[in-house]
Amino acid sequence: MALDAMEKTLRPPEIPLKSYPAKVITLASGEKMVVREARREEVGALLGTLYPLFGVAKDFYDIVAVRMYSEILGWYRYRVANEFVLVGTIDGVIAGLVTSRHVTPKLGMSLHTLTIKRGFRVGAQLFAAKMEHHLEILGEDEVYIVAESPNGFKRWMIEYQLEDRSSLFPEVRHELGGVPTYVLTRPLWDAVRDVKCTGVRPVSAQDLKSSEKLIMPSEYPQIPGFKR
Amino acid sequence: MANVGIVGIGHTKFGNSSEYDLSDVLAYAATDALEDAHFLARRKEVDQVIVGNMASGLFCHQSAVASALVSRMDMEPVPAELVENGPASGASAIKIGYMAVASGMADIVLVVGGEVMRKVTGWVGTDYVATMLHTDAEYNMGLTLPAFGGMFTRMYMERYGLTERDLALLAVKNHANGAKNKYAHIQAPCTIEAIADGPDASVVNTYVAEPLRMYSTCPVSDGAAALLLVNMDSPKAKGFPKRPIRIAGIASATDTHCVHNRKDPLKLDAVRIAAEKAYAMASLKPSDISFAELHDAFSILELAISEEVGFFERGKSFLAVRKGETDIGGRLPINTSGGLKSKGHPVGGTGVSQAVELVRQLRGEAEKGRQVLDPKYGMAVNFGGFGNNVVALICAKE
Repeated sequence: MALDAMEKTLRPPEIPLKSYPAKVITLASGEKMVVREARREEVGALLGTLYPLFGVAKDFYDIVAVRMYSEILGWYRYRVANEFVLVGTIDGVIAGLVTSRHVTPKLGMSLHTLTIKRGFRVGAQLFAAKMEHHLEILGEDEVYIVAESPNGFKRWMIEYQLEDRSSLFPEVRHELGGVPTYVLTRPLWDAVRDVKCTGVRPVSAQDLKSSEKLIMPSEYPQIPGFKR
Repeated sequence: MANVGIVGIGHTKFGNSSEYDLSDVLAYAATDALEDAHFLARRKEVDQVIVGNMASGLFCHQSAVASALVSRMDMEPVPAELVENGPASGASAIKIGYMAVASGMADIVLVVGGEVMRKVTGWVGTDYVATMLHTDAEYNMGLTLPAFGGMFTRMYMERYGLTERDLALLAVKNHANGAKNKYAHIQAPCTIEAIADGPDASVVNTYVAEPLRMYSTCPVSDGAAALLLVNMDSPKAKGFPKRPIRIAGIASATDTHCVHNRKDPLKLDAVRIAAEKAYAMASLKPSDISFAELHDAFSILELAISEEVGFFERGKSFLAVRKGETDIGGRLPINTSGGLKSKGHPVGGTGVSQAVELVRQLRGEAEKGRQVLDPKYGMAVNFGGFGNNVVALICAKE
C-alpha cells in the first residue's frame, strides 16, 4: 500500500489523449504499411526491435535507438507524461517507429523517429503521421522538433522549412539535450501537408489484422549479417 | 587501326560509399577487372591507366586521382591520366583508352571510372553537378540538372502527349531490372499502383522538379567500374580466360553549352551525331542492336535518347514502353542493368558501368531474369552536360 502511494506520487500527471486512427500507406514497393498507435503491452516487441541498433554509430542510429528505448520504457513504466508511440508495420513486421509527447493543449514535443526499412521513405511517412497526430488529432498549435542526424535535419528542418527558434534559447527549448529547437507551426503544416502526409482510412480488416501482432525484424539493413 | 577488345570487367556495388576514400573505391573496381582477366599479378604490364572522374575536387576535396589510384594498386611506373567530361567522363575515358590501343601506343589499358558523391548532402551535390552548366546564362540563374530535366520533360509532354504515368512505367521497368542486378544502388522493384495510380502515389512519389518525380530521377550514388582493354591483334591478347568483347564503335559529339542556343531544345544533336558515327564505325544500323544502356539520369532521357539513336520515331518511344517493347523480353531491351534510375549514377563512373553491363550481357553473365536472350550487339550512350558532350559505344560479341 505504501509502495502504491509512492508510485502514485512518482507518476506524472496524465492528460487523456485522443487515440490516433490507424491508416495504411502503399509504399513504392507496393507493400502496404499500416501506421497505428502502439499499445502499452507491445513494449517487448518495441524494445526488442531497438536493442540491436545500440551499436550502430552510422547515421546516429545508436543515439536514437538508445534514447527511444528509454522513452518507450519510460512510457511503459509511467515515467513520461502524455507520450505516444506510433508504429509502421509491413505484414506485422516493424518497419519504423516514432515517439512523441503532448506537453500542453497547444504544444507538442516530437521525440524520435527511427526507420528500419530503408529506401521507401518509411521514416518520412511516420514523421508525417506523428505531426498529423499532434496538429490534427490532438489539436496542438505547434510542435517542437530537433534533429540528431544529418538525415533528420534534411528531412524535417529543410523539407518542412521548420521555423528556427534556437535564438530564443533558453525561453524556447526542446526537451532533448539543448540542441537547436525548430518548430512546426500550423501554417507550415498546412503548406506541406498534402505533399508530405498520406494514408487511407479506414484500414481494411485484413490489413489491420496483419498489424495486430507486432513482429520484430529478423534482419536489419543497418547491421549486415544480423539474424534474429 | 587495331581491333580493341574488353577482357576484364570490374564493378563496385553502387550506393553509399561515403566512408571510403575515392582512391579505394576506384581500386576496388580496378582490382575486380584485373582479377576477372586473371591479370592482377601482372598488373605492372598494363601500358596505360585512364581514370574517368567528374568532380573529385569538389565532392572529395581530392585531385590527381589517377596518380593516387596507380599508387593504391602498386602499379608504378605505369602511366596514368585523368579524363574529365562531366557525367560522360567514364565513356570518354573508354574512348581515350580505345584510341591509345587502336593507335598502337598501348596494347593493354586499364580504364576506371568512378565518383564518391555522398560525402556531401544531396543539395550540395546537386549544386556541384550544376557547375557544368553555363556559368552566366544557366548556373548563376539558379538552374540545376533536375530543373533542366523537368523543363525538358514538360516540353516533351506538351509536344508528344507523354504522361507522368508513362514516366512511372519506365521506373517500374528499370527497378525490376535493377532489383536483379547485384551492383545496383536500389535493388527494389516498385509498382505502378504505388507510384502512379494509387491514393498515396503523389506523396510516395513526390515531385522533384515538376513534372519529374522522385521515381523519374536517378539517385545520388557512389561507385566505380573498370575495364581492361587489349589490342586483339597483339600477341599480348592471348591467354586471357574470357573471349574479348570487341569495341565495334565508339564516338562522341558536342552541342551548344547553353541549351537555349539550340534551335529545338528537344533535339539532342550530340546524341544523334555520336550514335551515327558509332554505327558507321561498326558498320551497323539501329535495327542491329540487341539491347542498350541509355543515360536515364532523368527518365525522359531514356526516351529522348532512344529516339535520337534511331530506335524509335521521334515522339513515339513511350508508346513502345507501354507495349513492353523495351522490357528484358521485349523487342529491344533498354537499361537492362536498371539504368541510372535504379543502378545509380556516380557521375564519373556511369559510362564505364554502362560498358560493364554491355560486356556482362554479351558474355551471358547477367543475373537470371535480366539476361537478354543471345545478344549480339549492345549500345551505350553516356550523356554529358545537358546533352552538350555525349559518347556512344557499341560492343560486339564476336
